[in-house]
Amino acid sequence: MTWKQVFTSSVGKKLVMGFTGIFLILFLIIHVSLNACIWANDGGKMFNAGAHFMGANVVPRILEIGLFAGLILHIVQGLMLELSNRSKRGIAYASDYGNRGSKWYSRSMGILGTLILLFLILHMSDFWFPNRAHQNFVLGEEIDLYAKMKTTFSELWVVIVYVLGCFSLGYHLAHGFQSAFKTMGVHNKKYNQMLTSIGYGFSVIITLAFAMMPLSFYLSWLN
Amino acid sequence: MKFDLNNDKLYRMEHYNMNLTVKVWRQKNSKDKGGFVSYQVKDISSEMSFLEMIDVLNEKLIVEGAEPIAFDHDCREGICGQCSLYINGKPHGPWMANTTCQLHMRAFKDGDTIVVEPWRAGAFPVIKDLMVDRSAFDRIIQAGGYISVNTGNAVDGNSLPINKDHADASFAAAMCIGCGACVAACKNSSAMLFLSAKVSHLALLPQGEPERKSRVLNMVAQMDKEGFGACTNTGACEATCPKEISISNIARLNKEYLFSSLTSDK
Repeated sequence: MTWKQVFTSSVGKKLVMGFTGIFLILFLIIHVSLNACIWANDGGKMFNAGAHFMGANVVPRILEIGLFAGLILHIVQGLMLELSNRSKRGIAYASDYGNRGSKWYSRSMGILGTLILLFLILHMSDFWFPNRAHQNFVLGEEIDLYAKMKTTFSELWVVIVYVLGCFSLGYHLAHGFQSAFKTMGVHNKKYNQMLTSIGYGFSVIITLAFAMMPLSFYLSWLN
Repeated sequence: MKFDLNNDKLYRMEHYNMNLTVKVWRQKNSKDKGGFVSYQVKDISSEMSFLEMIDVLNEKLIVEGAEPIAFDHDCREGICGQCSLYINGKPHGPWMANTTCQLHMRAFKDGDTIVVEPWRAGAFPVIKDLMVDRSAFDRIIQAGGYISVNTGNAVDGNSLPINKDHADASFAAAMCIGCGACVAACKNSSAMLFLSAKVSHLALLPQGEPERKSRVLNMVAQMDKEGFGACTNTGACEATCPKEISISNIARLNKEYLFSSLTSDK
């Protein structure tokens, strides 16, 4: 069995989704931790120092390339799998299956993922792109990202879109976290139960932490 | 759904008769477009099985000179895996851990309309009416769901020590009757629960060890060739399975596949 055969089989495609998913979850932990520095409420001093470390250091910048590769792989593979899976039924049922045994968000990973993708385009054009353009896409000087957050999140519609984006991410994670581990072969009951609980906890923390960031600026909780 | 004697809709035990409207998918052959036809059935006993209700309807159709409804069935004891039917949006009907032949008419009440469809999946084409071609499952088994050597007669109980947990898990996986309800319930029409049950059944026993790697690789390749979808771990298959095959078998299949593909020589 060649590598191509392995990773293009239905199980192999799931493995790609699982591995890239876990990689993106690790990124989320770094992202939320760094962004949480805004709550130091020191006018963005700590946050901008963290952003400078990530943006002007060669190691995170090389990892950033890996992050994009993982992200693109997850998006392209996910969309292709969704389209392929949707085509397998042939003639649709006249009656609905309902929700026996499955949660709505586990059946809606493609839709939730697409919403996250749309949100990501907005999010990156708000922050990542202007910042990297200012750096000429090398290790130059960044813009004041804290000030940029403050102006971006002064508009209500932006805050609403960001909060909705965070909730899409949260539900995507609620299924994706535990599903990724099952895909990688974790079948022991005690580990599965533990990972499912951790997954739910992680999803809630990530959703609330990220959603609170635009709200904190909009509601003027921060200097 | 727990066993609940107070829920008269599901477990009403006293005998009663009912009149029903049955909306059945009729399709002359695999080329025909097909469509729903509504039938009125009268004086159906609550003690009949669902298939007996269709038998009654078919007798009526034959007397009237119409074509009877074609549907799969064999043992009518819930063990052969032949019966199918997507009843009111549920493979094998509303009861949990149950096959259509063991679904009794006490699950319905007088005046109900019941919608009956065949399993829907590109890999399970309709042959006629409610009958689908499930030979894709046979070809998956032929790709590796066996052990190649003759194991002979049963040996003494403890001559081949087998971990009790593995033996139990293997037996639970071997309960799969290959009916295809998992495919019918899955939003992706994936056959992963079926395949994982067959792989787990043999991977957990010493007799299955020599062909462990080639089995899982070949069976997954055949499943993909047959046109089933990929699994997204939603859990609908497990909730629908008449034999309550656990979704943990799918995780075990993933482990077997990853390990086998990384370590196989080919």
